[in-house]
Amino acid sequence: MIPAPFEYRRAGSVDEAVRLLAEHGDDARLLAGGHSLLPALRLRQAAPAVLVDVGRLSELAYVRDLGDHLAVGALTRHCDLERSAAVAADAPLVAHAAGLVGDPQVRNRGTLGGSLAHADPAADLAVAVLALGATLVARGPAGEREIAAADFFVDRHRSALAGDEMLTEVRLPKAAGVPWSYQRVSRRAQDWATVAVAAVGAAGGSAPVVVALAGMGPVPLRASAVEQALAAGEPVSGAAAGADHGTAPPSDVLAGAGYRRHLARVLVRRALESLAEPPNLGSTAT
Amino acid sequence: MTLLGRRVLRTEDQRFLTGRASYVDDVRAPELEGAAHVAFVRSPVASGRILDIDAGAARSMPGVVAVLTAAEVDLPPEPPVDERVHQGMARPYLAGRLVRFVGEPVAVVVAGDRATAADAAAGVAVAYEPLPAVVDVEQAAGDGVLVHAGAGTNTAARFEAGGGDGEVGGDAEELFAGCEVVVRRRLVNQRVAACPLEPRSVAAGWGDDGRLHVWSSTQTPQASRAVIETALGLPAGTVHLVAPDVGGGFGPKIGLHREDVLVCWLARTLRRPVRWTEGRTENMAAMGHGRAQVQTVTIGGRRDGTILAYRLDVLQDAGAYPRDGAILPELTGAMAAGVYDIPRVHFRARSVVTNTMSTTSYRGAGRPEATAALERAVDLFAAGAGLDPAEVRRRNLVPAGAFPHTTAVGTTYDTGDYAGALDRVLDAAGYGELRAEQARRRQAGDVVALGLGVSCYVEVTAGLRAGQETATVIVRPDGGVVVLTGTSPHGQGHATAWATIAAERLGIGPERVEVVSGDTDRVPVGGGTSGSRSLQLGGTAVHEACGRLVDAARARAGELLGAPADQVVLDGAAGRFSVGGAGGDGPTWADVAGAAGPDGLQAEAVFRAPTPTYPFGAHLAVVEVDTETGQVTLRRMVTVDDAGRVLNPLLAEGQRHGGIAQGVGQALWEEMAYDGDGVPLTADLASYAMPTAGDLPAFELVAMETPTPVNPLGAKGIGESGAIGSTPAVQNAVVDALAHLGVDHVDLPCTPERVWRAIVTARDAV
Repeated sequence: MIPAPFEYRRAGSVDEAVRLLAEHGDDARLLAGGHSLLPALRLRQAAPAVLVDVGRLSELAYVRDLGDHLAVGALTRHCDLERSAAVAADAPLVAHAAGLVGDPQVRNRGTLGGSLAHADPAADLAVAVLALGATLVARGPAGEREIAAADFFVDRHRSALAGDEMLTEVRLPKAAGVPWSYQRVSRRAQDWATVAVAAVGAAGGSAPVVVALAGMGPVPLRASAVEQALAAGEPVSGAAAGADHGTAPPSDVLAGAGYRRHLARVLVRRALESLAEPPNLGSTAT
Repeated sequence: MTLLGRRVLRTEDQRFLTGRASYVDDVRAPELEGAAHVAFVRSPVASGRILDIDAGAARSMPGVVAVLTAAEVDLPPEPPVDERVHQGMARPYLAGRLVRFVGEPVAVVVAGDRATAADAAAGVAVAYEPLPAVVDVEQAAGDGVLVHAGAGTNTAARFEAGGGDGEVGGDAEELFAGCEVVVRRRLVNQRVAACPLEPRSVAAGWGDDGRLHVWSSTQTPQASRAVIETALGLPAGTVHLVAPDVGGGFGPKIGLHREDVLVCWLARTLRRPVRWTEGRTENMAAMGHGRAQVQTVTIGGRRDGTILAYRLDVLQDAGAYPRDGAILPELTGAMAAGVYDIPRVHFRARSVVTNTMSTTSYRGAGRPEATAALERAVDLFAAGAGLDPAEVRRRNLVPAGAFPHTTAVGTTYDTGDYAGALDRVLDAAGYGELRAEQARRRQAGDVVALGLGVSCYVEVTAGLRAGQETATVIVRPDGGVVVLTGTSPHGQGHATAWATIAAERLGIGPERVEVVSGDTDRVPVGGGTSGSRSLQLGGTAVHEACGRLVDAARARAGELLGAPADQVVLDGAAGRFSVGGAGGDGPTWADVAGAAGPDGLQAEAVFRAPTPTYPFGAHLAVVEVDTETGQVTLRRMVTVDDAGRVLNPLLAEGQRHGGIAQGVGQALWEEMAYDGDGVPLTADLASYAMPTAGDLPAFELVAMETPTPVNPLGAKGIGESGAIGSTPAVQNAVVDALAHLGVDHVDLPCTPERVWRAIVTARDAV
């Protein structure tokens, strides 16, 4: 298919991108890696009047160690997250999730910021940054603001970014040595997760265990019922049984809602069991 | 040293892999200078009345040449080609009053460039009055909603084969008399999409020679040319059709589509060249789908595992307008008895129209459906008798000494060693150890269950009836060779294979052999490539033409040497002729060809096979099933695919690899799904789950060659085998993994959710 006509603008800087967004309002879309937007354009599911290409803003491709957190530029590609020694050491869940996105071609082009701003409820990176309690940085005409990952995902394919804002950085709290688990069922290797679970923390540890779900509603979700049950000292099996509480999973070509609820319970239980297993650093299953 | 049976590397690949192939969309020719581009406006409703088409805005867009609807196209609707199909189900070129599936073309836009054509097509406003649609084939069979009201029925065709004692129509009681175990089951062989990398593409323009020159991504250039001439009422020979490089076919590119003919019609009507290349979604919604059968199997026999009777009832979904999918059940019926010596077999089929895309040939085309039904049935029977499924198979196989063998449905197989194939696969896989491992896991209560699935198959290649193919071989005065073949490759490697055959027979290096196909001026007669026909028919024709060429060359060399032809010998290694094989510096091929004249020396052959051939094999799949999530992981795929004598193992293995991948895809992931209103849900490669390398293990291919006497090469077809054996092997493996949980069947594709539901249903039934 051929996209509907659009105007193409290449932004030379973040400021220019923001200015173009402000100028064209909702008619404009940012183009980064293009692996979600271009298919949507070709299917004419999206028909923006203006495409603002930020894909060459190499100053936004970085991973920086800032003491208590890693600052990751929004244009950092999935393949670079996979290979970054800093990410592997301090946010291994993100490195792992990045390695599950699509296929190698997608990972070579797709960007962290693009994936998060696309706000797909089944995206591996979205649920990972939610579980890690990341902070997202947006730049708009009025300057920068920080948005907690928990507040960033508003609805299916809708983020908290205003029409004239651009996601520029993701701040990942350092989690070296903190147990984590990522459990995922997908149809094929390259597919979106049908359901995925990201869990971080140790039962009985200093910080409470965080459990996040992908594919269980219009946005990536925290499994609050599970987290509360664990905080209240419930055993894993009991806590996991509430994994789908408060969720509204879709029924689509991938799976029915009832099956997704079942998967959430199984995968949360497995994730929690895996957190408790020594050496409990990076146990996963797909 | 012979080239036959060697892994000669593909000469095509450097061009393909370095982007120098030329597909239809790449073709630049004088006849296509200034070509306009076509886009189709397609129905978004599965069944409806067209109330109004407003093309005003589209027509007034800059760059738009024409927007045409059914009223302006003077091509009469086409009734089904096969006379056994209901003739009241004709297919219009553009829908006029009624639309019958989502994706049916209702208007055609022609514009100066492709983007404008797409924009204008999006700007054509069509008003529909929705009518009741029937999407499900079992519902359609009840005739409650008619797809073609004028036909008075949804049944497009019926087929029957076999019966008690070979008589058609034996009743069930008689068929299963004396059976101690009888199992009956409804099976779904789901609708799938072929997904060739190159979608449909056609370009057409009139030349100064007064002929219509057409480039088409087709498997059958000569037949496609005839279709255009007939549809446009042009005298034979008016159309020159070229199939350039073709990026995959898998069946749906046999013959031409209505869009292709319309593009040719536009080139005539608009008096300018026109071209069309469809998009992926268009391809997946509207090219044609494969499989789509609902089957009911009944199988019976003795407790010792002897199968006595088998019945297969098929409901074939033909889609809205019957095409070759409607007649494929004939092939299903012909192969219904499979590799087994079953005394009583009865096959019945109905092809039924629905408000969906037409079904067409797809890799195996009717034969995978037969194998899938029977191999699932044998596992069900083995479970019913409490016996090992591999053992039940071995007990019932047609013995190696019994060929030619005529089955209870009247099909005569040429050669086979079915037990040999099964044993090789079981040995290579380590069947006994795998069973022991399965038992260990069950004993330990392992959440991840191990499953083994076996399938034995036989198929028919080169058509159900005897086929033929042509070849012309020319040696030029410079000593180079041109092979003109009536086959038409789209990935198979004919340029390599036919050059090998010619080189072997002529004693001229394969690098000096040019293979020409797909151009109806240079090869006016040919059957194209489909149904695993090419090597056994087209390759044999090349082989025979080369034999005649050697004879002609010996006569010519005899004149040069002053000796009678029967004393002249070709030294293949030296490429020289001599009297009585004396060697020395006798005339070379170039000398002989030059002596024959400026065009060189030429010979032709038409090879007519007395019968089809029957390749066979055995597949074993090993899967792991996560019994909590239903997730299936294919761990191993061990196969024997015996296609007679193998010309080039590299090419044959390539065919097996692709076939296995597609067959596994059908077993685990692929499904062309429609919602209840007839809207396709999986018309793109994000929603349609075609497997990639990341989903498949390395295949373990076991060699076996049982030649056929049907052709001098001893070759059978290999193109479809992988897709035939693998689907039921994987499906049987999934069910086998869950047998201890009470699961006895999971329908295709065995998605995680379907597997999980089967586990839950079995648990709840206890």
